[in-house]
Amino acid sequence: MKANTPMERLYNGIVKENPTFVMMIGMCPTLAVTTSVINGVGMGLTTTVILTLSNLMIAALRRFIPDGVRMPAYIGVVASFVTIVEFLLQAYIPSLNDALGIYIPLIVVNCIILGRAEAYAGKNPVLPSIFDGLGMGLGFTIGLLSIGAFRELLGSGTLCGFRIMPEAYEPVNIFIMAPGAFFVLALLVAFLNKMRSRKPGAQKRHDCTQGCGSCGNMACGGRERQGSEQ
Amino acid sequence: MEKLLHVSSSPHIRSRVKTSSIMFLVILALLPAACVGIWVFGPYAAAVLAVSVASAVMTEYIYEMLMRRPVTIKDGSAVVTGLLLGMNLPVSVPLWMPVIGSVFAVLVVKQLFGGLGQNFMNPALAGRCFLLISFSARMTDFSVSSQTAARIVDTVSGATPLAELKAGGSADLLSMFLGNTRGTIGETSALALLIGGIFLAVMGVIRLWIPLLYLGSFSAFVLIFGDHGFDLPFLAAELLGGGLMLGAWFMATDYVTSPITRRGRIVYGILLGIMTGLFRFFGGSAEGVSYAIIFCNLLVPLIERLTLPGGFGCGKKKGGKNA
Repeated sequence: MKANTPMERLYNGIVKENPTFVMMIGMCPTLAVTTSVINGVGMGLTTTVILTLSNLMIAALRRFIPDGVRMPAYIGVVASFVTIVEFLLQAYIPSLNDALGIYIPLIVVNCIILGRAEAYAGKNPVLPSIFDGLGMGLGFTIGLLSIGAFRELLGSGTLCGFRIMPEAYEPVNIFIMAPGAFFVLALLVAFLNKMRSRKPGAQKRHDCTQGCGSCGNMACGGRERQGSEQ
Repeated sequence: MEKLLHVSSSPHIRSRVKTSSIMFLVILALLPAACVGIWVFGPYAAAVLAVSVASAVMTEYIYEMLMRRPVTIKDGSAVVTGLLLGMNLPVSVPLWMPVIGSVFAVLVVKQLFGGLGQNFMNPALAGRCFLLISFSARMTDFSVSSQTAARIVDTVSGATPLAELKAGGSADLLSMFLGNTRGTIGETSALALLIGGIFLAVMGVIRLWIPLLYLGSFSAFVLIFGDHGFDLPFLAAELLGGGLMLGAWFMATDYVTSPITRRGRIVYGILLGIMTGLFRFFGGSAEGVSYAIIFCNLLVPLIERLTLPGGFGCGKKKGGKNA
């Protein structure tokens, strides 16, 4: 796929560099608010809106923002959008606003948003930046949705508030508490990594000639090197 | 002659003791308490223990088969985990609960971290705490069948002796010592647990540092902060009640999750007593042994780091840091 086209940016955000499952950033809201599908999707979409708007604004202003003060400028832009969205949520979806609580204002310092501003929107034109924000936001939403779905299903026996599990099923409370968030996230990431490593050609991603000391792939544990020597 | 000239890297002196022989001795030492539990709580307690052991062993077998690792169920560690978990459950639990607890203990706490020797906390206790957090109502339901009720002291209140003490009542010391009282399957009989613990110490499986310091520092904590003054019957009830004996002799002494240095064991034992006291007297629940032990398990790497002896010739001050 050609780089920096809208489709490539969407694919990059949702699959290739998924913020939750691949880059593992924005973990604070990921672990804290995913007690149910609704909360997870609400947080994800709120972040998506803010991320898209802030990417748009930062990309449009990229020639005017002096390099030395770009961080305060980015935070100013993001904080403005967060404030607008927070007021809109308070006015129109107060239940979601109450459920997400402090995590809405905390979107200002969400590393996905500042990360995309720094890594992408500050250097690229407006249109791809919008789609970059959209793709990253949707990738984040999908991550939160899947974590929230597992936690709600196991921890409350419901999905989106509807009873899914049979009456005899006893909710495993730990899944809607903090430890459950870590269990579900870790197992989902492990599963996705397993799926990814099965793809043909995945073994050749790492240059094993340098030995394991200089290699960043902690998950390998020497196995790929052994494979390449045979 | 050939043997003498054989050159190999260290270690040069090997013990004949195997993991499986140690695990066998631990199982043997647990049997008296398990038998008292079955005798007091009836055949259903035996079923809980059996399901717990079987599911722990099955989980280990299936995981290692799927991951194409060497199958280690013969070393008996999964049996010990399953047995300890079963002994930590009240007899009223439905049979799917020991299954969930065993799967969590063996799969998540032990195997995902690399198997025996790599688990960062005691698997059986982690399984118990997982169940305690998830199904707190069932895990604290100490009701028993009417046949059992005839066998045990205190058939009225339905609380464990420890919970009654916390509520300001008194406890029957003799029944707490012998085991005909309420509680989880394996924890009620302090006598049977003591027999097992002393057997382990005599056989050289465990050293006495951890259990004695644990019980000692806990006693000191009770006398100072227990709000009863120098009340020896109260102290005895606190020592005999709950999971303290089971925890001190069998779970705090787990090789993998206790410090390897002697000074570390001393720190660990004292810390266990203090944490248990804090949980029991200042926490919401009457029991605190399981949380105290898994909390101190997490501190073990730090304790070992601080108490590591210095290398020979490194000097006193630098030793710990250089090593």
